[in-house]
Amino acid sequence: MANVITLFRREFSSFFATPVAYVFILIFLMLSGVFSFYIGNLYERGQADLLPFFNFHPWLYLFLVPAIAMRSWSEERKSGTIELLMTLPVTILEIMLAKFLAAWAVLGLALLLTFPLWLTVNYLGSPDNGIIIAAYLGSWLMAGAFLAIGICMSALTKSQVVAFILAIVVCFVFVLSGSSIVLDAFTGWLSPLLLDTLASFSFLTHFESMAKGVIALDDVGYFVIVIGVWLYAGLLAVEQKKAE
Amino acid sequence: MISVTNLSKAFGDFIAVDKLSFEVRAGDVVGFLGPNGAGKSTTMKMLTGFLTPSNGEIRISDMAMDKSSKAIQKQIGYLPEGAPAYGDMTVVEFLSFIADIRGLKGQHRKDRIREVIRLVQLEEVLRRPVENLSKGFKRRVGLAQAIIHDPDILILDEPTDGLDPNQKHQVRELIKNFSKDKIVIISTHILEEVTAVCNRAMIIAAGKMLFDASPADLQKKSRYYQAISLHFTQLTDISGLAELEGVEDMEVDRHNGRVTLFPEGQQDLMPAVSAYIRDRGLQVDTLYQEQGRLDDVFRQMTEEVSA
Repeated sequence: MANVITLFRREFSSFFATPVAYVFILIFLMLSGVFSFYIGNLYERGQADLLPFFNFHPWLYLFLVPAIAMRSWSEERKSGTIELLMTLPVTILEIMLAKFLAAWAVLGLALLLTFPLWLTVNYLGSPDNGIIIAAYLGSWLMAGAFLAIGICMSALTKSQVVAFILAIVVCFVFVLSGSSIVLDAFTGWLSPLLLDTLASFSFLTHFESMAKGVIALDDVGYFVIVIGVWLYAGLLAVEQKKAE
Repeated sequence: MISVTNLSKAFGDFIAVDKLSFEVRAGDVVGFLGPNGAGKSTTMKMLTGFLTPSNGEIRISDMAMDKSSKAIQKQIGYLPEGAPAYGDMTVVEFLSFIADIRGLKGQHRKDRIREVIRLVQLEEVLRRPVENLSKGFKRRVGLAQAIIHDPDILILDEPTDGLDPNQKHQVRELIKNFSKDKIVIISTHILEEVTAVCNRAMIIAAGKMLFDASPADLQKKSRYYQAISLHFTQLTDISGLAELEGVEDMEVDRHNGRVTLFPEGQQDLMPAVSAYIRDRGLQVDTLYQEQGRLDDVFRQMTEEVSA
């Protein structure tokens, strides 16, 4: 555990030693603002809630989270520091957890910095703040799922660009499988059971109620499992590919 | 103690290390020699637990690498090839990070960080990011992180690569001072380094062990071992030299006129040669006994294998 903390500190500060974290947070804040106000019509809806803001999160994460995850392992392999790291008395699991938690913390920070939106709706009306907090937590959890996919893809390749693209593609599949475009296309020639299964793999399906502030055990469980599975897959990939 | 039995590593069809067996005891300073691609780095990567062997066993301090790699890694200090380090960290941040991972605490941690900074002379670059350092400084940062926890076993992959002669000297002194009752394994291309710091030389080529003895024994394998080199001031009839007792062969360098006399077996030719010169009153401006040319031995040994 002490190792995870030490590794976490290194990973976290390396986000800020390079402009990565600043650029990420800045773009996240700008885009979430643009989406909520111009496309989500936060004002015009005349409702004191942050639903338009949260609804766009899956699409924001789709491109932004892979950008923050892509360097996690690729960089280590490219620069050879993976050899240094893995001959220190730390386990791959500890490294993996530290990398995940550090990047997740950056995502959490980006979410926290959207607080002016929350102030705005509180100034304009009286929203249910419990719902907003629940939606924030749900969004952060979903960001973790995107992140786990991105880190796993980063473990597969030395090239950050390849890792980025792979992560977007896989994340896209996970987002899209629950969208009406895909589900409509399959309606009619897939049995409803299969269709439900397909939809149940989607981030959108599980985030839908979270964005409304409903934290259901199965949604939380789903994201936790997705995070666990992808991080474990990444672990195996690192073990397999470290020497290449 | 390190004991390696039948160690092999294959990458697909390519066999990088082929049934290596050896033992290293405390106090041994092993120079690992071999052409590029001989399997030196691969062997070191297996000794440090980075790579898993395809076959064979590594035991360090009576622990098996495949079962207790973390406990073993605590005892090892390792400088990987190219001295990788986190470029975005400053030197002092990087060393503090390694010290934390190595479990150093409190005053001891501070002392050790200060000590390694002094030993490899990093004072002037402490606040600079590692990525902005010169090759020599990077290498020294790598060395500093390898010795920060005062390990029992030090494994250095080309520690002096990219250093200037002064820095090389410094690193060699460091290794010498370090090695009293510990194990040091260094890989290098520089043969003089082996005679300078090691008390044991291992030559591997194509993944196989070709030679494992002291550097002096390696020199003895050279044709030039104890050969006499001399140069006459004036043009002299030298045919008599080849007839001397114990001389097996004589070579004359056409360009500079240097004469080399090769002894039969391991005879000392010096008394006979100097007597010859004295008796005839010849003028000689250089006369010395060669120590053996390691480059030749190295080339001979490793070319046989790759041929």
